[in-house]
Amino acid sequence: MSGTITPITMPKFGLAMTEGKLASWSLPVGKEVKAGDELADIETSKITNGYESPAAGILRRQVAPEGEMLPVGALIGILADADVSDSEIDAFIQHFNDNFSSGDAEDKNSDTTARRTVDVGDLKISVQESGNKETGTAVLLIHGFGGDVSNWMLTQSALASSHHVIAFDLPGHGESTKQVGDGTPAGFAKTVEDLIKALDLPAAHVVGHSLGGAIALELAKSSPDLVKSLTLIAPAGLGQDINMNFINGFIDADRRKTLEPVLQYLVHDKSLISRQMVEGIIRYKRLDGVVSGLKTIASASFPDGKQSVSLRSVLETFEKPIQILWGEQDEILSTKDADGLPAAISVTRFPETGHMPQLEQAAAVNTSISQFIE
Amino acid sequence: MSRKSFRQAINEALRQEMRRDPRVILMGEDVAGGRGGTSGVKDAWGGVLGVTKGLLTEFGEDRVLDTPITEASYIGAAAGAAATGLRPVAELMFVDFVGCCLDQIMNQAAKFRYMFGGKARTPLVIRAMYGAGFNAAAQHSQALYPLFTHIPGLKVVVPSSPYEAKGLLIEAIRDDDPVIFLENKVMYDDEEDVPDEPYTIPFGEANLTREGDDVTIVAFGRMVNLANQAADRLEKDGISCTVIDPRTTSPLDTGTILDCVADTGRLVIVDESSPRCNLATDVAALVAEEAFDALKAPIRRVVPPHTPVPFATVLENLYMPSVEKIEAAVRSVAAYRVKEEA
Repeated sequence: MSGTITPITMPKFGLAMTEGKLASWSLPVGKEVKAGDELADIETSKITNGYESPAAGILRRQVAPEGEMLPVGALIGILADADVSDSEIDAFIQHFNDNFSSGDAEDKNSDTTARRTVDVGDLKISVQESGNKETGTAVLLIHGFGGDVSNWMLTQSALASSHHVIAFDLPGHGESTKQVGDGTPAGFAKTVEDLIKALDLPAAHVVGHSLGGAIALELAKSSPDLVKSLTLIAPAGLGQDINMNFINGFIDADRRKTLEPVLQYLVHDKSLISRQMVEGIIRYKRLDGVVSGLKTIASASFPDGKQSVSLRSVLETFEKPIQILWGEQDEILSTKDADGLPAAISVTRFPETGHMPQLEQAAAVNTSISQFIE
Repeated sequence: MSRKSFRQAINEALRQEMRRDPRVILMGEDVAGGRGGTSGVKDAWGGVLGVTKGLLTEFGEDRVLDTPITEASYIGAAAGAAATGLRPVAELMFVDFVGCCLDQIMNQAAKFRYMFGGKARTPLVIRAMYGAGFNAAAQHSQALYPLFTHIPGLKVVVPSSPYEAKGLLIEAIRDDDPVIFLENKVMYDDEEDVPDEPYTIPFGEANLTREGDDVTIVAFGRMVNLANQAADRLEKDGISCTVIDPRTTSPLDTGTILDCVADTGRLVIVDESSPRCNLATDVAALVAEEAFDALKAPIRRVVPPHTPVPFATVLENLYMPSVEKIEAAVRSVAAYRVKEEA
């Protein structure tokens, strides 16, 4: 016997993923890889994402041809050292496939992530929890305008290995109640505060994206004891400018043809906006109360096409760690809003990245967050 | 969000709209669910196909009205109730029974707005099941949506899945005009994820279930699913299809059909209704007139023969459009080349 064989299997990006298509291999058979090198692009019903090698070795086989749809956990390729013979690899593949049944991977993961509805005052808030509640510190993920828990599909599971990670749908979004109250970041921060209490959390590391960043800042202002640290991803509340073509387009567009170009503002790599992502948002917008809720939020936060709430002062007064992550090519909120902040605040700017670094630079964002909250 | 059958999606749409608006009432033969003979049991069955199960017990006999087996009387009553302030959802059971109440639909409900100078509204929904494939024989298997599409003043909905059915039925109930809502009787047990909350899908906006470069397929109701299956098979051979589900035959989203044909240059239409003067002929005429220059091949229609629906299973299968027939039609238009002049 010789060196080790590492099976490369269909990864699971996010809770809902049951199968994925091997869109393209990033390198040919015979090429040597390090752990973390991109092996392939995997296309799910929601997103196309690069899959990074879990180990070092030589890519000996591309078991899955490009374009093949496979269940999570299915064998897609083989990494092995040069001294492993082809017949050993054949035997390994044979043995793997004989013992594989789709759904196995599902069973192994299902115990760590759960979706439930939490009553917060009159509101029903849809919460998705991962990781160990007993030992892990709580990390709370707050999505932005028009988003939902799926914005964290590449974030939540990565942080769950060491933390208790809670994503939720804001009022007016996803599967939560569609009443948005006054629609201000301060109003939402009150709901988040009540949610933290309803979940019996003493405090949490708070990660906020876009409008969720402004909500996180309001929370840090009103209830600093509940916030252990702040990670703000392309946050609102630090400047005045905002791309109203996105906000108004998101509210108005009711067909794939009109919505797709609006959603493309979100990312630098436009091909990330999949057909299913557009369809999912159209379906969300058809629900009773959604469009009127979004209008309330937009007019509360961005009247006259400008951000009305400035939260820069919170960055100066909040006494716990703050980091800011931003995509250099953000087309919705400008990364220049992170200029001129107190020196203690770490600002990371990602090249070739738009408004959603947690999708476009998932691995780097996950590393930034996990190192920051350790 | 949870998995729901076509039947559950319709039941939920009715229930949520009845909760939301006290003017919404149900009328029809056995909509109260069946009385269980002399046992006194109410809502024993939930209607002939279980679609209205539980509505009588929640909303009571004032809002869920079991009617005599006289379509002319209760469809007429529903049209009158709609014109005078209620929002009735009347169930015709099999759409084949429309012959007994066509005047009430065609000459009354459909005409009120026009004849009364735009001053009358008729927020009436007529639900009925349609289609072959159920061994229900010639008098219970017709796909009569072309008949209603022919009549100005009616809106006609042919949903293709549970998700579509719920959103389109809520839209129908909130619409101020008479809407014919046709449910394919083979699809009641089809399941998919359907939101628990109420939502609406606008009329006259086609849905593209997939987009491709080579051939446009327009399919109605249950045929959308067959067209998608055919497109899956064809994709493996490098023929990529756009599949259009118009959702409503009246109004018809002609813009989307023409746009897609302009892109692909080839058109196959799948329609399970009788082939003369059906939606396939209607769409074929539209494209021949408006997009002639875009066409690279003759338009092909996948439709049944001009006969009553046969009862025998083998004949009924032969009668119906199928995945294989759609696939063959697409292959023939994809392979078509204009003959060089000699």
